[in-house]
Amino acid sequence: MSNTFVLVLVVITALGFDFTNGFHDTGNAMATSIATKALSPRVAVGLSGILNLVGAFLSLAVAATIASGLVDTKLVTLTVVAAGLAGGITWNLVTWLFGIPSSSSHALIGGVIGSTIAAAGGHAILWHGLVSKVVLPAVLSPIIAGLVAATGTWLLYRISRSLTEAARGHGFRIGQIGSACMVSLAHGTNDAQKTMGVITLALIVNKTVPAHSNAPFWVILSCALAISIGTYLGGWRVIRTLGKGLVEIESPQGMAAESASAAVILLSSSFGYSLSTTHVATGSIIGSGLGKKGAEVRWNVAGRMATAWVFTLPSAALVGAGAYALAHVIGGTTGVIIDLLILVAVAAFIYLRSRASKVDHNNVNDEWTGSAAPAEPEPEPAAA
Amino acid sequence: MSWISLSALWKIVVFGLLAGAGLPAIFAMGLYSLSRGPRVQTAGGGDSGLVGGSVVGMAVAALCFLVVLAAIGWGIYEVYQIGHPAPAK
Repeated sequence: MSNTFVLVLVVITALGFDFTNGFHDTGNAMATSIATKALSPRVAVGLSGILNLVGAFLSLAVAATIASGLVDTKLVTLTVVAAGLAGGITWNLVTWLFGIPSSSSHALIGGVIGSTIAAAGGHAILWHGLVSKVVLPAVLSPIIAGLVAATGTWLLYRISRSLTEAARGHGFRIGQIGSACMVSLAHGTNDAQKTMGVITLALIVNKTVPAHSNAPFWVILSCALAISIGTYLGGWRVIRTLGKGLVEIESPQGMAAESASAAVILLSSSFGYSLSTTHVATGSIIGSGLGKKGAEVRWNVAGRMATAWVFTLPSAALVGAGAYALAHVIGGTTGVIIDLLILVAVAAFIYLRSRASKVDHNNVNDEWTGSAAPAEPEPEPAAA
Repeated sequence: MSWISLSALWKIVVFGLLAGAGLPAIFAMGLYSLSRGPRVQTAGGGDSGLVGGSVVGMAVAALCFLVVLAAIGWGIYEVYQIGHPAPAK
């Protein structure tokens, strides 16, 4: 009975995370198209929401990685999953508040890893899976995306060099609608999957479904809906900030960057590699700068991205471990409830803080310097 | 058991380049073809000069755009196929 109760709590928490993930990442795909008026804002977020929904159904490989490929499901308990979620999300919200770029995907995975180590020790982690399906892809994917985007940018300017400025802008703005849609689709295949994986992990742990199961249909559907509703409600703040920051990027660069991101994310998803969509998008934007003569590349952003990447997994793991320790000391269902109450309190505090301070000037710059994607996909508090 | 799957890596790089850079390039060729022709951009007019008016150019452009759409459709189908493995190992 109490197990079912905890399971329900875990599922709700995970779906909440998924919602904020969609909410925060709308800008990744659509900011440029909105900024160039290729699409009206409402159409853009609607389209992005629908494509996220479709993408969530498109490939289940990443969900399988998260559910069965990272931790030994025999050694994990529901409390561990709940603590991992609480840890990952708390880290995520706090870093978002302070404007520290950090990947929500890595925070989620880090939190679960941390609570698992705290509960069962290092041998409960499938290190091979973690390194080969999360850590290495995290390092390699932005580099590959950058290479692809640089190649694409160079080709696009080369091929279209005889076009007038107006014709080129017009044509590639239309192309950007297509590439932005592909980014939304790819986002669904990778980001929606992470929550599906965590819920499936909880179900496996609770023996609701057998080990190595794929995500059940209701899990796929609810995660797909959560991320797509989050996307539709849209992080307008993020979109506006991104749109403003992106004026220096011309439409051929935008199209090249988005195409590169979409291709790399879709390919990685189909191999079951979990990666940060924002890191990929940032790699692509840097690539689109390298591919165009005279374009400025913001290496400080790349540096920050790399730094944030190095710290997010271990930091979220520490918070996850702490959350588990707390739940363990209190014990039982009460421990889990206390963990989740703290999470709610942190979320509420951050929501109030973000309302009070709105977006200050430093923050605005921080967020847009990244990419066609926000500097990082930390979830925004749902109601912000 | 290797830590890095080289076969997956080269596939991501090669197909990434083909889809992520190649398809936009074909789209750009379509734009180039579309802009060929007698129509010249008039200053201050609403026409951006994107459509040049050459019939052959427009046909080639249509072909390019179709190729891009077909490739995207095929790619999505492949991702779907790979992404729904049989459960259990």
